[in-house]
Amino acid sequence: MVQLQRSPLDASFAALADPTRRGVLERLGRADASITELADQFRMTLTGMKKHVGVLEQAGLVTTEKVGRVRTCRLGERRLEEEAAWIRRYHQLWESRFDELDRIVEELKREQRVHRKRNGK
Amino acid sequence: MKNPTTVERTSDRELTVTRTFNGPPHIVFEAWTRPELFQRWWVPASIGISLVSCELDARTGGTYRLVFSHPASEEPVAFFGRYLEVTPPSRIVWTNEEGADGPVTTVTLEENEGRTLLVLREVYPSKAALDDAIATGSTGTSAASEQFEQLDELLATLVKS
Repeated sequence: MVQLQRSPLDASFAALADPTRRGVLERLGRADASITELADQFRMTLTGMKKHVGVLEQAGLVTTEKVGRVRTCRLGERRLEEEAAWIRRYHQLWESRFDELDRIVEELKREQRVHRKRNGK
Repeated sequence: MKNPTTVERTSDRELTVTRTFNGPPHIVFEAWTRPELFQRWWVPASIGISLVSCELDARTGGTYRLVFSHPASEEPVAFFGRYLEVTPPSRIVWTNEEGADGPVTTVTLEENEGRTLLVLREVYPSKAALDDAIATGSTGTSAASEQFEQLDELLATLVKS
């Protein structure tokens, strides 16, 4: 992955830079979980896990809801919509590349026709 | 009329892009392997980034190095890797080594009545690697544009707030 160093925006990527937080996202991708469950699973104190979830929540990657004494975490909408949006951008990139490539293919075809004519083939 | 481009996540760790070109494979192959042609289409103007340098040694075992710049980034960003296989005019395979979990990209060019069906596959080492690439807006071949786009969006958000 590209590191854009000293960018003030690195903070926004910081949520994903931590392996525990990536693990939490992956875990929540399978099913919702309470903070207690996450803390157990990642062998961490409740306070430590609360901090991680807080960072993810601020980045919009996770939402939490407290019912009674249990705070349940689930993937944020941003995470769910992310892949579709990313695929759209990826598609746009390739499409604009290939539109340019079309022009080059036409140009090379013309050149080769001229070349063949000159050689009397 | 232009031919459609398709993009699909074909498995947990793989993306596939297809497109047909109205010319034979040897011409399309040239445009992928000759640096002076490659740099004319790899970085479309609409993306807002520019290619500072482009070195391609497109043969099996050869290396490549692309350097990009963007107004939002202080320093240029380099993309580099190795050609695992270059078989004219039908197949090019390369690594993306700027990150630890970069994909291996395979392009195949198949002739069909004077036209070329291009299939590009990016295979990541694991599902997590592709998920990460998507989460951070980067992929081996399009990281520059995608990440810069994300940076632009974030910048816009920060300016507003």
